[in-house]
Amino acid sequence: MSEISVRFQNVWKKFRRGERYDSLRDLIPAAARRLLSHEKSVQLTSREFWALHDVSFQLRRGEAIGIIGPNGSGKSTTLKLLSRILKPDTGSVQVHGRMGALIELGAGFHPDLTGRENIYLNGTILGMKRAEIDKKFDSIVDFCELQDFLDTPVKRYSSGMYARLGFAVAAHLEPEVLIVDEVLSVGDYHFQEKCFSKMREFTSNGTTLVFVSHNLAAISSLCTTALLLNRGEPVFQGDVRTAISKYYAFYEESRETKYLSIEDIQLTDAEGRPREVFEPGERAVFKVVVRALQPVNRAHAGLLIHTKDGQPLFDTATSRHTDDRLTLGPQEAATIEFGVDLNLQNDVFRIGFTVTSEFDEFYLYCNMNLKQAVMTGDRKSNGLVHLNPSARVLFGELPNSRPGVVVSVGERDRLL
Amino acid sequence: MTAIRELINSVDLLYMLTWKEIRIRYKQSVMGLLWAILMPILIVGAGMLMKQAYSFASHSPLTIRDLLSVSVKAVMWAFFASAVKFGANSLITNQNLVTKIYFPREILPLACVFANFFDFLVATVFLGLLMLIGRAGISVQLLWTPLIIVLLFMITASVAVVLSCANLFFRDVKYIVEVLFTYGILFTPVLYSARAFGKWAPALLLNPVGSILEAINDVVVLQRAPSFGWLAYAAGCAVIGLFVSWLIFKRAEPLFAQEI
Repeated sequence: MSEISVRFQNVWKKFRRGERYDSLRDLIPAAARRLLSHEKSVQLTSREFWALHDVSFQLRRGEAIGIIGPNGSGKSTTLKLLSRILKPDTGSVQVHGRMGALIELGAGFHPDLTGRENIYLNGTILGMKRAEIDKKFDSIVDFCELQDFLDTPVKRYSSGMYARLGFAVAAHLEPEVLIVDEVLSVGDYHFQEKCFSKMREFTSNGTTLVFVSHNLAAISSLCTTALLLNRGEPVFQGDVRTAISKYYAFYEESRETKYLSIEDIQLTDAEGRPREVFEPGERAVFKVVVRALQPVNRAHAGLLIHTKDGQPLFDTATSRHTDDRLTLGPQEAATIEFGVDLNLQNDVFRIGFTVTSEFDEFYLYCNMNLKQAVMTGDRKSNGLVHLNPSARVLFGELPNSRPGVVVSVGERDRLL
Repeated sequence: MTAIRELINSVDLLYMLTWKEIRIRYKQSVMGLLWAILMPILIVGAGMLMKQAYSFASHSPLTIRDLLSVSVKAVMWAFFASAVKFGANSLITNQNLVTKIYFPREILPLACVFANFFDFLVATVFLGLLMLIGRAGISVQLLWTPLIIVLLFMITASVAVVLSCANLFFRDVKYIVEVLFTYGILFTPVLYSARAFGKWAPALLLNPVGSILEAINDVVVLQRAPSFGWLAYAAGCAVIGLFVSWLIFKRAEPLFAQEI
């Protein structure tokens, strides 16, 4: 199990900004230079930039790594280098075993061809043999649940159906190394769950996974380690939760208005340890230190929790818990502390913070992006909220035998 | 070596992409199979017009043999021209494949050549009928045809492969190809015979497509042995061409995804 399956070693990759060659005047010297020097240069010309800057990682068979980072940080470039679409300028990329790369679902689908025809076309493009597809055809169709649309041209498919067909084909590649870019964001909830469970099945069967996604909850549930990139440079590599909290650190900036400035924000667990990633149902403590820039009179603070799409889920305010009000002179500071049981799961939730006057005027309004909490799931339930479920199955007689209760309800309903 | 193994492993992909090209062309189309003979018919029409003018001038009557020889050459040329034109665009039209999925990219121009070869086969059926009607007769020389067709195929493939790659880097290549093919037919012995030029004939036969067209005319219509020297020359061009174009393509291939 310990054999190396992916080795990405000191990889540098540069891209050019702007147009390739504006004129022959640029082209001829460039072409001459390329002909004369065969060495791969690590020098940048004025119009080049490093898309990847000395990135290394290696994976053993069955390991899963998530690659995270803001837009333009080199995540997709890394995947394209792994899948051999691009070549590194220096460094080496080795992948051992059959590789399945999902850079885009359904790339290579032809809109005029039917679902059935595209399964064959896409399958062979991804590297399957026709005989292999013959064998797996029924299973592919079962997986994407598009039996009724097999003979419809895919141009009439919805984007979700398109993605389902694409993933279904790719899922049957049986790769030893699976490379997945942000491809599952389309498709309904049910199908996304199906894709994730398929990917989990792959990793538990010894497939190595390299996964790029902005869905950090998915990353934290699929991957054990993560690589955090920023502007092509590796910022952190290691434990997935640490990587995620470092990622969020990019986005946290101190906010201030003319009345107040936020000096410090802390999200911790009940014991006071800083955390970004929580188990469903865990107690979280959110502490904000504010400093007044102008006098603040009898204000109260509010805590808001939104889904990552901005759907409000929860809010509360200090005024509902205590009679203490924030009254601060210039340069005076105060700490506001909220405690909540995070009965949430499987997603990223945004925490916002407000300070409001007694006349409901905002002194400070940080609606959403002050801090994020990444909730894992325990796979015992789906959905966004954690209701601490339990279940049991009873055989034979009902324990507190009240036979006929259900029936009698039904009968009453019918009588009504 | 790995490149060759990869290519061999991609036979199924080549088959599917060829099939796709053919399927798309005949799906939702007015012309259907007639498409395959549209271009040859136009070429033959132009050829006959020219021959007619020539026969008025030289007082030598137009024969059925003239018609057949222009038809045979027209079918061959139509394959060459359309395969190269489609092939040259193949990397650009499949941009999303080139930037999203890895596979040996030469499959794309090759699939175009194979798809046009299908059209060529359809056209040869019509050609066969024409030969029957024209009582062209059959001789042992017909055995040369598979070899000659394979040579044309190889040359077509090498031109398509190298142009597809050039077109990816410089988009004006497809316009250049367009112009070259519009006038190229006049510089290649399609509508006329190279022999008509006497001692200048070799100048036309230096174009390997020219010598191949003359060879096919010899064995199919004139029922005589082809010129071995020129056939060997064409074969040399085909083999070297295929090798060199593939080499160029393979060297440029790593840049495709970022330069497209």
